[in-house]
This record gives sequence, C-alpha cells and structure tokens, in this order.
Amino acid sequence: MSERNISVTLKVWRQKNASVPGAFEIYKVDSVSTSSSFLEMMDLLNEQLIEEDKDPIAFDHDCREGICGTCSMVIDGIPHGKKALQTTCQLHMRSFNDGDNITIEPYRSKPFPVMRDLIVDREPMDAIMQAGGFVDQRIGAAQDANALPISKEIADKSMDAASCIGCGACVAVCPNASAMLLTSAKVGQLNLLPQGKPEKDRRALNMVRAMDGAGFGNCTNIGECEAACPKGVSLDFIAKMNRDYAVASAKEFFGVVG
Amino acid sequence: MNLDAKVPEGSIEQKWTNAKFNYKLVNPANKRKYSVIVVGSGLAGAGAAATLGELGYNVKCFCYQDSPRRAHSISAQGGINAAKNYQNDGDSVHRLFYDTVKGGDFRSREANVYRLAEVSNAIIDQCVAQGVPFAREYGGMLANRSFGGAQVSRTFYARGQTGQQLLIGAYHSLSRQIGLGQVKMYNRHEMLDVVLVDGVAKGIITRNMVTGKVDRWAADAVVLATGGYSTVFFLSTNAAGCNVTAAWRAYRRGAGFANPCYTQIHPTCIPQEGEHQSKLTLMSESLRNDGRIWVPKSRETAAKIRSGEIKPSEVSEDERDYYLERKYPSFGNLAPRDISSRAAKEACDDGRGIAPTGFGVFLDFADAINRLGRDVIEERYGNLFDMYENIMGVNAYEQPMQIYPAPHYTMGGLWVDYDLQTSIPGLFAMGECNFSDHGANRLGASALMQGLADGYFVAPYVIGNYLGAEIPVGKAGKIDVNDPAFAEAENAVKEKIEKMLSIKGNSTPRSLHIELGKIMLEKCGMARDDAGLKEAIEQIKALREKFWSDLKLPGSADELNVELERAGRVADHLEFAELMCRDALDRSESCGGHFRTESQTEDGEALRDDEVFSNATVWEFKGLDQEPVKHVEKLEFDYVKPGVRSYK
Repeated sequence: MSERNISVTLKVWRQKNASVPGAFEIYKVDSVSTSSSFLEMMDLLNEQLIEEDKDPIAFDHDCREGICGTCSMVIDGIPHGKKALQTTCQLHMRSFNDGDNITIEPYRSKPFPVMRDLIVDREPMDAIMQAGGFVDQRIGAAQDANALPISKEIADKSMDAASCIGCGACVAVCPNASAMLLTSAKVGQLNLLPQGKPEKDRRALNMVRAMDGAGFGNCTNIGECEAACPKGVSLDFIAKMNRDYAVASAKEFFGVVG
Repeated sequence: MNLDAKVPEGSIEQKWTNAKFNYKLVNPANKRKYSVIVVGSGLAGAGAAATLGELGYNVKCFCYQDSPRRAHSISAQGGINAAKNYQNDGDSVHRLFYDTVKGGDFRSREANVYRLAEVSNAIIDQCVAQGVPFAREYGGMLANRSFGGAQVSRTFYARGQTGQQLLIGAYHSLSRQIGLGQVKMYNRHEMLDVVLVDGVAKGIITRNMVTGKVDRWAADAVVLATGGYSTVFFLSTNAAGCNVTAAWRAYRRGAGFANPCYTQIHPTCIPQEGEHQSKLTLMSESLRNDGRIWVPKSRETAAKIRSGEIKPSEVSEDERDYYLERKYPSFGNLAPRDISSRAAKEACDDGRGIAPTGFGVFLDFADAINRLGRDVIEERYGNLFDMYENIMGVNAYEQPMQIYPAPHYTMGGLWVDYDLQTSIPGLFAMGECNFSDHGANRLGASALMQGLADGYFVAPYVIGNYLGAEIPVGKAGKIDVNDPAFAEAENAVKEKIEKMLSIKGNSTPRSLHIELGKIMLEKCGMARDDAGLKEAIEQIKALREKFWSDLKLPGSADELNVELERAGRVADHLEFAELMCRDALDRSESCGGHFRTESQTEDGEALRDDEVFSNATVWEFKGLDQEPVKHVEKLEFDYVKPGVRSYK
C-alpha cells in the first residue's frame, strides 16, 4: 500500500475517426500516484492535454470496477494489459515502475473498426447474441423457480461461462479475430441448463452462423483468448460448443433439429 | 401539479389484482400500431423494452453505452430479495412489504411497496427460466443469504455478480426482441430532452455520440429508466457515465421531482486514497454476513494503526470496539445501510478511524475464517477479495479490509403515481430514476428487485392501460416529428451545446465536477445542517456561474467528443445539486439516509417528525432564476404503523 509517484512515457494510438489514418503519439505523464488506476492515469493525461489545448484521448470506460466490459484498450500488446484475470480499469499503476514506456492501442480486429483513438465499434458481438443468446421464453410464463432442481455442479459450471463480460478481448487477441470464446461462453451457459436444452441445437447453429456472418474468424486452437480473458472463461467451452454444433449439424442434415 | 397517486381500491392485498383487472387493454392485433420509447437499458429499461416488444408494441430503446449489456445494473453484487420463504424461516409477502416500509423509515407509499413484494416471487421464477445461474445447494434447490435490515434469509444471488447475471438475463430477452425486429436498439445515443406536444410526452431528442447528430424521435409513450444521480457527488460507486440528465430534463419540462435529498451512503466501500481517484468501489454488503466491523476503543491505538506502528492483528480483543454489535445487538453487523454508515462516520469523527486519511473502519474476516475455513470464505466472496487486493494491494484473507461509506443509491427521483406515470402524461419513470418504493432508505438487494418488478411486471400493464385509455387506435403511431414542439426542443439542445463550446475558458468539465462533488459530500452528504446547506446553495450557484463563464472544451459538436458529453452532464448536475440541497434544507427532520444534525435522539439516532413530514416532497420547476414550487403528497400508513425504527 506504500504510495509513491512515478513518471511514465506513453505511446498512444491517435485516430480522429474511422475514415482517416491514425498514428502513434508520445506523451510523458509525471506525478502518477501508484495507488491510482490505469484509467485514472489516463484521466490525468487528458486533463493535461486539455490544458495544453490538445485533443484528449478518447477511450471507452464506465463502471471502473471490472464488470461492465466497456474498457477495451491494448496495453503493451495485450488486451487489458499483461496481468491475468483483470480488466484495464482494474489495472493499477503499482504494477508499473518509474520511467516505464507503455504502448497503448485500440483493439485491432477487422470486425471492430476504430471510431476514435482507442474506441472501437463492438456492435457485431451483439449481433451474435441476437441470433440465439437467450431462452425463447415468455416473460411471466415461468414455473416456480424450485420446480426444476439443477445440480450445484451444473449451476456452477453455467455460472463460470456466464461470467463473460462481453469485452471482446478474446477477439482482439486472436490472430484470426475469432469470437469463439465469447460465443461458446453464451452457448455453454444456456446449453448446460435444463431451461436451455429445448433450443440447444438451434442455438449452436444460429449463433455460430451469426458469428461467421458478422465477419469474425475461425478458431485454430491457439488459446490466446483464454489467457487474455479477464474473467478466466475456459477454452473447454469452445470444445463443448464444437460438440454441440457437430451434433446439431448432423441432426439438421436429417431434419430433426431441436 | 396533479399529485393524485391513483392508488387502486381495496385492501392492500387486493389493490394490484384490482388494478390489473380495471386497466384498459390493447387488442393483440392493434399493439403493433403503437410505439413506445424506452430510455436506458438496465434492469428496468431492458426489462420494459423486452416485455413491451414481446407483447407486440413497436419499441425503440436508447442507451449511452456501446451495448445494452453494459448498463450500471451490472455492477450490483450481493443479490435480489424475494418472499419465497424457501428457507422456512418465516418470510412472506407481508413481511417483505413490512421490512421494506420500515427500512425506508416510513417515507414510501404503502401500495407501491406491497406490489413490489407481491411480484418479487415471479421475478425469481422469471430469471431462472431465462437461464440465470443462481447459486444452488447440492440438492439442486436455490440458495439464499441474509442481507441488512431483515431477520430472514430471502436474498438470491449469483456469486458476487448478481446484478451482472440479472442484467444479462434481461439482455437475453431484449436481444431476442431486437433479433425479431420488435425492438430497435440505439446504442451510443444520449437522451438530452423530452418533447411534450400539448402537455403530453410524445418523444425525445438524442445526440448520436459517434457523429454528434441531434435527432428527433416520436412515440405514443416515453419510459425513462435512466438510473440514479449519485454522480452529483463526483466520487460515488456509480459508473463514470451515470448522470441525472434524463430525469433533470424531464423535471425542467414539468415532471415533479420527489425527495431529491434521499441519498444512500453505502457503508462498505473501499476508502478514498487520494485526489487522483475517479470512483469509489463498493464491496458487497453480503460481506457483513461473515465480516465483523470494528475500530479500536482508543484514539491512541487508532493513531498507531494509521501510522503503521502496529498491525490490526496486534490489537487485542478487549481493545476492539465492534460498534455495530455493541449498539444494535439483534441486527449486529447486518444493521441497515443508513445506520451502519452513520455509525462508521461517528467512530471516525471520534478520531478512531484506521485508514491513512482517518476515514476508514475494519471489516474483519479472521473469526469467520477460523470458524468456517478459508475455503468457505473464498467460495462465498472470492471475487470480492480479489477485487479488494487489486485496488488496495492487500490480501484480505490475512489482514482485515478497510472500508468507509460512499455515495451509492438514490431513493429520490421523478415523482410517479401508482402506474409509474410522472406528472407529465405519457411519461413514465421506472427503476432507480423514480422515487416510489424505498422511502428514505433502501434495503440491500431491493434495487434489483424493483428494477425488474417495474420492467417485467408493471410496465406491460400500466403502459397498455395508458395507450388503451388515452390514445385511440386511429391516432396510434401518428406523431409528427415536424411538430414545432420537436423543433423547439431540438434547438434548445443544440443551443446548449454551442454555448458550452463557445465559452473557451480555463476550467475543464472534470475539474468543475470534482469541485461540485466536494461541496455536496461535505454539506449534503451523511450529515446535513441548516447553515451548511444554505452555504452549499450559494457555492453551487457560484460554481454554476463559473461553469458558464469559464468552461474549457476541446473539439466540436459534430464528432465523438467525450468532454462535451461530460460537460453537458455536469451542467445538469450543477442545476440539480441546488434542488437537492433545497430539499434537504426544507426537510428539517432526519429520516433514513437523510440525517439533519438538528434532529437526532439522545443517542444520535435519526429523529423523524411524522406530524410535519409524513409525506413526499415534490418540486416543480419554475425557471432557473426562480425558486421551485413545493408540493406535498401525504403518505398514509394503514398497514405498517410508523414507529421508532429500532434495530437494537
């Protein structure tokens, strides 16, 4: 907890909007408290830039406690920085040393065009969810919550998948810009639960097709996504989705999709 | 201002049933002719948009985030209450109703609270059906935990991420409707005004946050589900983007604003460390199930802890003051939020705080770890301990956590009747942005309950009733955005933006927001008094002048301009803050989260004045240069008799 001040030099991607080319710029930030968060360091820099009549750096952020999934930058080549199981907003300056050089880029993936500086458009992820990331169930038509027991193991496993925050780090880090981890987390969460079983096949088929349709690449089992995931979503869910997809494809061939 | 609450006839148990029967219906084939705008995509907004879309209405939903899944409901940690009585420990709809009215310090409307308790069970059923992976026991049944202000275990949870899971559940339903084309979603759109045609809400004005384009949107009804206003304090547990703008713009157009002084200061947050800080992080109240809160008995020991001379573990048991257990033996560490927060402040004001700043108390798990083992604590709260270590760099399994109260939830909001309609016809307010259910203090795990109750189970009835009763089918969906009212609102929005950009002064929006926050925290925070509030009002006015004469903004209106967005929100906070202080000044009693130092019992508890203040104060806008007009909705208590709210 011993607090001190450090200076860091940032190399930041600047780009006015999607239609003009961008470039890196160098900024020095002094008097950064090590107890401040990475984004608070960015706040400090932005105040400095405004004072100097320069454009502040646009970046996405909201809850600043690691749950909303809004913050998205790539720090020294890794989405959310090198510390495992953390979002950018949870990264603190005590992880850096005085005099460090830090490179900050937006997510660089074809499906996520840059909107400004470090802000990218992640709406294609919503399109995948709209294709099947739900239980087709009328609001108000539910039976008693305890009428259908679900074993603790299954509920816990479903929760592991459901802890995905939809930040897109898995896509950003993947050389193929694949959204398999994100998609499989949703398919996994719902296909594990009895409530999600009736649409198990349709969900796997529709979500994978929507993913392909939105321009995301294929999975080649590299595993960068799992390492970059701030919530530790496991690659096992991709394997599980592949099985669900294979079964569903076979059933589709014979015209018996559930 | 018409403050008829339209509470239905009948006994409290029958009111919602009677209301539902008497509400007008819209024929299934006609629903598609009606359009509804929903602003916000949190539990209330996403819930309402999905439910109305599913029924067949044409819905447009707007949010400022890049996806509806990011709304701030997602940050709720601990859980959601429901009167299921799965624990067989004496819970019932009536008890949940009673606890909520009492927890709110007898300042909420009984009929609304009863409905909330009544639909609470359906919410849990709905969420489970949606695929929300709630915590379960080995037998496959749902697990529960306890929360503050209740003596039964009625809180359902999904690890420490209940808000996330419930919001994602609502996002599932919303996504389904977006995919079906029933709901059209507009991300990165900020609502900047409500449009009234002949006194009735008929649309909104938004700014596209990517292109800067200002747009007009028309609908037969407008639902605001835009959250609370804790960011008026700058430092709060709210997300950076949360703001009062939508509610404030509605107020400026004539909607009554009720009880703005009711704010909740949450007892278990990570203490502030320095000036650089941009937010305060909440540690779930559920931690108080197993953590024990204490400060040293003596100031000298506290000073030694602050300077690092001794470790907390070196303080012997008889030198510790477990002040909540001492003062409130029957509720102990689970005393309600307002009471726990004030007790922490009291201990720190007494010089016994333990954080370096002097503002902090311990939340200690040593006993629980000894009793249950580290594994159990890790299973229950692992993610919270990780979060704490991230921020503080301290392992809370080995050393007690440091916590201090922080601005969190706001009970005040737009005044609504039983049908959640504001005083502007056609304008509805749901979730945290209305004032209706929590009185002067909200109990833990009740915000999620209210957001989903409003969105899933109240919205479909009350919106249907409004459309069916007020808008003939022939006129449905026929609002013209070329109406002069839309032009006027659009121009006002554009003028404000241009004006802010043209000042070219020296103060950044963030620096002005920080200044406002300091005034509010000091003078309108956990303790308020007459002199301080009067000073605050003058300081806010001066700061508002500074804003409009010295604001410095980069960039232009027609681009993605984060500082411009921030400035617009700060401008509205600077107007709203004054109303909040006026309301706090006017309410010279103490109740719930509103503590006037002039009104306390001998042992420092909040002292209500039911003779004068058994009401909701509703403010009407009369122009910025004029004082707002005060109206009052008298609160009747037929089922829960107001008493001294004792947790001893």
